Amino acid sequence: MITRRRTLIFLAMLASVHVAAIVPGFFAPYDYGTQNRDLPFAPPSHLHLVDASGHFHVRPFVYRWVSRADASDGYREDRSQPYPVHFLVNGSGYKILGRWNASVHLFGVEPPGQFLLFGSDDLGRDQFSRMLYGGRISLLAGLLATGAAIAVGGVLGLLSGYYGNLVDTLIMRLVELFLALPWLYLLFAVRAVLPLQIKTTDTFLLLVCVVGLLGWARPARLVRGIVLSAKKRNFVVAARAMGASDLHILRWHILPQTYRVILTLAALLVPQFVLAEVTLSFLGLGVGEPIPSWGNLLAQLQRYKVLTSYWWMYLPAAGLVFLFLTYHWVSAKMQERFSVSAL
Amino acid sequence: MARFAKRALNGLLLLAAVSLLSFVLLSLAPGDFFQELKLNPQISPQTLAALRAEYGLDRPFAVRYWYWTKAALRGDFGYSLSYKCPVGTLLWPRARNTLLLTILATVVAWMIALPWGILEAVHRDAWLDHLGAALTSLLLATPELLLGLLLLLFAARTGWFPTGGMTSVNAAANGLPSRFGDTALHLVLPVVALALGAAPILVRHVRSAMVAALTSPFVEAAYGFGIPRQRILWRHALPAAANSLISLLGFSIGGLLSMSFLVEVILNWPGLGPLVLEALLARDTQVVMAAVMLSSVFLVAGNVIADALLYWNDPRIRTV
Repeated sequence: MITRRRTLIFLAMLASVHVAAIVPGFFAPYDYGTQNRDLPFAPPSHLHLVDASGHFHVRPFVYRWVSRADASDGYREDRSQPYPVHFLVNGSGYKILGRWNASVHLFGVEPPGQFLLFGSDDLGRDQFSRMLYGGRISLLAGLLATGAAIAVGGVLGLLSGYYGNLVDTLIMRLVELFLALPWLYLLFAVRAVLPLQIKTTDTFLLLVCVVGLLGWARPARLVRGIVLSAKKRNFVVAARAMGASDLHILRWHILPQTYRVILTLAALLVPQFVLAEVTLSFLGLGVGEPIPSWGNLLAQLQRYKVLTSYWWMYLPAAGLVFLFLTYHWVSAKMQERFSVSAL
Repeated sequence: MARFAKRALNGLLLLAAVSLLSFVLLSLAPGDFFQELKLNPQISPQTLAALRAEYGLDRPFAVRYWYWTKAALRGDFGYSLSYKCPVGTLLWPRARNTLLLTILATVVAWMIALPWGILEAVHRDAWLDHLGAALTSLLLATPELLLGLLLLLFAARTGWFPTGGMTSVNAAANGLPSRFGDTALHLVLPVVALALGAAPILVRHVRSAMVAALTSPFVEAAYGFGIPRQRILWRHALPAAANSLISLLGFSIGGLLSMSFLVEVILNWPGLGPLVLEALLARDTQVVMAAVMLSSVFLVAGNVIADALLYWNDPRIRTV
């Protein structure tokens, strides 16, 4: 019972991360590109309940950061004016799914106050908003790449397991080749083929295709194994005896048996493919500024000053670790529940 | 012996496939090293064509592949257009450093993973096991990228370790022992980053292999005969579990090579990683190609070694 409730909590968290990545504009208080050159590397805003004169407020509020005269990169709170945090406020416009205009944000404060939940980066951009918008790129790339890998791997695995013989030998040799390759080097070899500066959407599509096409081997081998045992089951043999076509058997009798394993594997592949995007963008070969992606956010840590002085710049990384942990956990639970033996 | 021949053939086929695959990919590339020159109005198209002809970039695909293969078999990977020197002279010192790093990291990772996994297996489902499992999950979810950055932060804060490179600036002036110590100190962070990155998967495999061995009927029987626990663990269970672990050793090298790329770039270790990244940005396809090839060679070599170990450990294979 407790395990079950915990599973539900984990699933809910995972779902909320994905919802936030689908409509980042609503959950992010600011646009990803809005700069505030007066506040580079401002720490996260402190939430207060008691103001400077000792009065208690039911609604939490924040103060503005102003730079301190005695230190070049230090900030102090301007205690003269509290900015209460409101929910569902009107702010900068954004588009939902690139289509519908909206300007309502989940939370925010009256300008000129700024609610920096995760602090700001070198251009004074809100880290929290950038992280949510970054999820739109990174998470979506990971999900789509997983979809591509499973589609390609699934079809090849079905063919390989069902028809056997030459097709099987050929495909399995290819699988061995792709499993053995040092995949990061190959990813770079593919990246080397393409021009360095390309549009964000192109980079994105490319990432999805490349990562998806390099990652098909594991799903293929897994699906093949299931098909091998599934095609000997009595109802499949019966269907064939009744004159069902290969396509019908594959689609309606064999494919449904692979769903559980594929789902379990998918939960393992998503973090791996998200990481591929993060790696490429981290090295400056993926999605470029000013569009945020999780790799771009991490890339800021390559600067010595950022690495050693601003702890809030690690928050996106912590978010990444947390997301991966959740995915691994869900996959492990699915493996238990569906009694999948080996992946 | 037939087994070895088959394995070696497989390895060679793999290398050939990798070379062909990356060659096809790189020849599909729109533009080449001289593309940048096109933007320069002082260079005429004729000059550009002449340059391409001089470096043989205008030959058909098959011819270029043939020349490349012939050269690569001699250990010569062509001429780097951005470094203006043979790729081999660039590559070999870097490859040596990468090899040094990955071999050390493999050893350290196994030295962490073996006791850890065995301990978890012996105390399975006790609090020690759960703690270990939580730790491996956390490590597994932490990208090597982040591990490298955190170690860098650690080095910067404490000042105990150098934050990059392989030798100190004035190292060459010192004697051999101090140079050795200097390099060893520079090795610590990259090796720790790689070993920590590789360890969690190894721990899980060691644990599951050991649990399988410890719960198998022959170990139950050994308990029944009153053989001491320690002896059962080391003399009976561990050799039985070793088989799958040795196969894993060969398999884990591919992952380790990919991981070392990132760690090298972040911790500034002069291995293949930084070289490939630079070459990538300079569109120097020869260098990228050579590095992909070389990493595949390492991979095949690792698998062959694992196979030899398996042969040595498992008498059942020898009879086949």
